[in-house]
Order: sequence, then C-alpha cells, then structure tokens
Amino acid sequence: MSTEIMASANAEARAVAGAGPEARPMDLLRFATAGSVDDGKSTLIGRLLYDTKSLFTDQLAAVEAVSAARGDEYTNLALLTDGLRAEREQGITIDVAYRYFATPRRKFIIADTPGHIQYTRNMVTGASTADLALILVDARKGLVEQSRRHAFLCSLLRVPHLVLCVNKMDLVDWSQEVYEQIADEFTAFAAKLDVPDLTVVPISALRGDNIVARSENMPWYEGPSLLHHLERVHIASDRNLVDVRFPVQYVIRPQSTTVTDYRGYAGQVASGVLKPGDEVMVLPSGFTSRIAAVETADGPVAEAFPPMSVTVRLADEIDISRGDLICRPNNAPAVAQDIEAMVCWMDETAPLRVGARYAIKHTTRSARAIVRGLHYRLDINSLHRDESADELRLNEIGRVRLRTTVPLLADEYRRNRTTGGFVIIDETTNRTVGAAMIVEAS
Amino acid sequence: MTTPAAYRVSHLDALEAESIFVMREVVAEMERPVLLFSGGKDSIVMLRLAQKAFAPANIPFPVMHVDTGHNFPEVLEYRDQRVAELGLQLVVASVPEALANGMVREASDGTRNRIQTPVLLDAVEKHRFDALFGGARRDEEKARAKERVFSFRDEFGQWDPKNQRPELWSLYNGRHHPGESIRIFPLSNWTELDVWHYIARERIPLPSIYYAHEREVIERDGMFYAVNEFFRPRAGEERFKAQVRYRTVGDASCTAAVRSDADTVEKVIEEVAATRITERGATRGDDRVSEAAMEDRKREGYF
Repeated sequence: MSTEIMASANAEARAVAGAGPEARPMDLLRFATAGSVDDGKSTLIGRLLYDTKSLFTDQLAAVEAVSAARGDEYTNLALLTDGLRAEREQGITIDVAYRYFATPRRKFIIADTPGHIQYTRNMVTGASTADLALILVDARKGLVEQSRRHAFLCSLLRVPHLVLCVNKMDLVDWSQEVYEQIADEFTAFAAKLDVPDLTVVPISALRGDNIVARSENMPWYEGPSLLHHLERVHIASDRNLVDVRFPVQYVIRPQSTTVTDYRGYAGQVASGVLKPGDEVMVLPSGFTSRIAAVETADGPVAEAFPPMSVTVRLADEIDISRGDLICRPNNAPAVAQDIEAMVCWMDETAPLRVGARYAIKHTTRSARAIVRGLHYRLDINSLHRDESADELRLNEIGRVRLRTTVPLLADEYRRNRTTGGFVIIDETTNRTVGAAMIVEAS
Repeated sequence: MTTPAAYRVSHLDALEAESIFVMREVVAEMERPVLLFSGGKDSIVMLRLAQKAFAPANIPFPVMHVDTGHNFPEVLEYRDQRVAELGLQLVVASVPEALANGMVREASDGTRNRIQTPVLLDAVEKHRFDALFGGARRDEEKARAKERVFSFRDEFGQWDPKNQRPELWSLYNGRHHPGESIRIFPLSNWTELDVWHYIARERIPLPSIYYAHEREVIERDGMFYAVNEFFRPRAGEERFKAQVRYRTVGDASCTAAVRSDADTVEKVIEEVAATRITERGATRGDDRVSEAAMEDRKREGYF
C-alpha cells in the first residue's frame, strides 16, 4: 500500500485518539489477528494504525526506506511488524508482535500472529489473552485450510468474539455473491466449533472500504465497519462475575513499627465479585472465614472484580500462602490431582511423551506432573482424532491425562480461562514447552 | 447477564492491575529483584506501581541507577529525593568508575550508551540480582514489540529473540539457573500516552526537564541538543535559545529535546496525542545508527 493511498483515508477516522486526560474513560480490548501477508493482514493493521493516528511518520519513513532498498514496488507495511533482523532478511514473521492503537472509545492491543502452519504456537499464545480474534481471508481464494485452522484454535482457546474479514473485495468487483458464499461456508464450519459470537465483514484493507467508515462500493452490506465493530463489541459480560476465584499471589506482612499485625492476601481477581462481609472458603485447606476488607493502595473498595489487583483481609487468622485460592463455600473449583487437558505442544527440541515428568504453573501455584496418557492427537485441519499417537511434537495438539504432585484448584477451561489453563515447563531447560486447557479435573 | 456500569474498568485501571500483578509475581517467585531507576518518567511510573503493589508494606527491593556520568542535574536531584522519601536502597552502577578502573573504554565519539551494558551486567553479577525491572514499553521500538514481559537472559545477559519462552494467559515463567536472569517489563502494554495519562491521574511529580523551559541548544539531524559539559557543538553548529522539553531522559550526551510550549501535564498530553513522531525517533541519536540498532544492543544485554 502506498502512502498516498493511506493518506487519502477517510477524514472521520482522524479523530484524535485519547486527547485530554480521560475525558471519557476508555476501556481495553485485546485482539489477535491471524492470516498471512498474502491475505493483506499487514495492510489491514497498517490501515487501522494509520487511520487512528497511531502510525508515526518516522516509523513510516523507516519502512519506506527499507522497502525501497529491497526493491519492493510498494511500501511494505509488513516491515512495520517484522521487527527482528532475521525476519526482515528472510521475509518471514517468527514471533507474536504487539501493536497498540486507541480511539476515543477504546484502547486496543493487537497480538499480531504469523499465519504459517509452523506457528500454531504463536497463534495459541496470542489468542490466550484475546477478547476477540480477527481472521482474514482473500475473497478471491475463499476459505483455505489455514482459515479453518485459525478458527479452530480460537475456539480451543475460547476467544469470546470472532470476526471474519473477507478482504480484497475490490478484486472481486465488490461481489455480494462471493462474499455470501464465503460467509455461509465459514458460518457452517464455525457452527461445529465452540464460537459464541461471529461477525463477518467484507473489506478492502488497501482501499479502506468498511475499515473505518461504511463502504460506498458495497451498499448491499448493512453491517458495521470493522472499526465500528471493534469499538462497540460488548466485552464486559465476557468476564465471569459469578464464580468467586481469588488465587493468592503474595502475602503482605509489613515489617514495620507503624503498621503492626497486618496480614493481607494480594492477588488479581480471576472471576466473581468479592465484598467485605462475604463468607469465603480457602483451598486447599477448606477453612472458612469472612472478608474483613478489600483493599488497594488508594484505600478500601466496596467490591473487587476482574481484572482488579487487590489485597483481601480475612476476619480470622488462617494459615494461607501463595498458591492457595479464596472462593465461596458453595461454589468451589475442583481440588484435583488427576487432570484431563487439551495440550498444545510448543517445544521444538523434544516431544511430549507418556511417562515424562514436567513442572507446571497453574494460577499462582507451581507443581510437578507426570504424563499418564495421551488419548489422541488432533488433526487441526480435519479435526480427525489419531488415537495411535504416542507423542506430541511442536505445534501438535492432543488430549492428555496428567497426575500432579499437589492438587490443583481448577475449573474447566471453558468455564474459566484463568483457573482452567496452565503451562508446562521443562524442568531441565526451564523452557515453557506446552499450554494446557483443562477439560476435566478430579 | 448484563454488567452493571459499576463493574466498568478503564484502560488505565486494567493496565495498572496487570503491572501490579507482574510485580507481585516477581517478588513471590524470584530471589533478588531490583528495579532499574533512571529518573525517567517510565521508571518513575514503575516505582509508583511498586508502591501500590506492596502497600502498606514498603517496596521490597532496591533500585539501581546505571549512571553514565552524563546526567541532567535535575534528574539526579529527583532520583535522590525519591529514594530518600521512600526509604529505598539505591545501588549505583557507575560508568565513570568502570572507566577509571579499566573495565570499559570510552567510545571514540564519547557517547556512553553502549558501554553501559558491561557496567550493568557487572553490577548484576556482583549483587546477584536475578530479576531486573525495566520500564521499556513495546510501543517504543519494533524489536521491543516482540519482547516478553518476563524476558530471559543467559549468563552473559544476552537476549536471544529467536529463543523466547511462549507467554500465555498471565502465567509468567521466571525459572532460571544460577547466573541467568530475567528482565521484567511491567509497562510492556503501556503507550507513551498511557504513561502521561497515568502521571496526570496519579499526580506524580516529574523532573522539571519533562516540561517546557528555555534552554541553549544546537540543532543536529533535526534534533535539539542541549549544550552542556557533555555535549559540545561541532564547527558550524550555531547555539541558540529555544523553548524545549524532553520526551525521554537518557544519557545527556545523546538525548535530544523537542521544541515545545507544554509546561503542564495537560499540555504535554495534548502534545503527545497530536505528535506524529515516536519518542525515540524524536529524541535518541543512538537509535538512528541502523535499522537494527536497538535489537543489537538488546542482544548484548542492554535494558
């Protein structure tokens, strides 16, 4: 995309992002993008950054200079996100890049993940924290294997909102028929997955159609522009405000002469709402008490909810340490050492094998685990289950049974993305080698 | 289920909660953390977050200043004042001392950006620090856009961008062998504008050079450098007085000012929101050396 085309972007888009000290409080939306350079993903990101005034002239100048030196015919915006020397030299993207932009309504964090098959690891990483995932397809090519794989990974990671961008509509004569065929096919595929919310938008990232403003070239499309959707998609309810889960991160006990006998349990609320006076239970001990106060450095608060970082004080002196969890007596997670989980393997040096031992980190709790069984390896293109598999290699996904040395205080991942996920660590190399989503804990 | 308006969380609250979570993880899991404190706005915000994370207890780790000897006096004064107020232990890793005892040699152009790295690594080894909080943000520079919140360094302090640990959910892996360390970037997801909004909201005092003031400068490569004992004009460069402020605070021999009338935090926010040049692009001679200048320095163990 040339800078001239970008500069002609719709004037409405030039609303200054975030001027004035929080005139209207913005909220935060994290989204992951999936697709390859060929789908126009970099062009789309470049356009979003440019149209929200988040792309700077020196960044653009640097990219133009490198593009010219390489003999590219147009300013290659992929160079904006390809930050490492190896990536620029090889023309590939090897890692998740984080980009930021804001409009007066929202601040956005993009986890930009490369689309190639070997980078399932990156897609899973980007999707793990995403409120929304954006999948791009080229209108001329329609759905490809990669689009289905991305949709599957988003559903596996329980990304609450999915947006399919049918890009390059300008190259199919803005055809409603082409768009609807792709939208129908994708919707049918998504129905087989766990996709709670799907939106399909026909766009031309290069020309800016349906990015910020509604396109005049596609009057038949009655939905919102992409940015309009990103700004307004309702994410507040994605949080679980029902199940109280407060993993204790750190015990605050001031060694001071002015503050004595203070004992507070610091942590970030994973789910639910905590209030002073609430009866609570502490796991794994099972002791009960009441919340005496919920505090922050700015003073006590009436309620704590996700994603607040607070300090909880209890009415009774109970022995509580890091890795314990505060919940309600009538709504507790499993206290479990036998864990069934979907595991995405992320290590290129050694596969996951039955019988192997690993370290794991689950909420604020560390444990060791032994792999008791591998039920199947999943072909993420066909969703076929290979039950003869005896190992998981890099980027492979399978259902695994683990036994842990100490109980995990765990929920199903589909119910709770914080208390339902854990990482697997190689004890020798200390590398993070796997991501696990709990299916069942007992 | 609908969410009552009371459960709204602003982007600054979400960023603050995430940063506090990161700092508590480090203190809970690592042996000897230290916070890199330059007196720059990002490290100042980091220090405020540390106060909040452990209140009412004191900040449970020391701070370290990698002192190039090329300091803005206003910044040094600020540093000492903050350290005294908070009762912190200050470790100074001194480049002038390292020059005097022969550990490093002055670069031919007199800049000390690059020779900070061995001085930093030496202090890390001497004090056996295993976790170093840094104020770097991913929006600053494109090599940083790909760095983890917990960034592993080998026993030589080196960053290997192709061999980074996957970082999922909020599960940070700080495991390391003796001699290795982890750089921690609690402000990874903050932008320059977020930092300024937070400074305004929290009414955090800053060194005066962040606000517009009159200063004698010369113009070089489109940037305005203050004339002082560390920065000498070249032949033909003309000194003049200008209304400027600093967007970043680093080594006084390679950090430039920008023309500005913004003398309050509100005016700075307006200016930052409207600007079209990144802060490092506008103010850091050291990043302009090559396309991969930052990446190369990070590989060697830079912040």
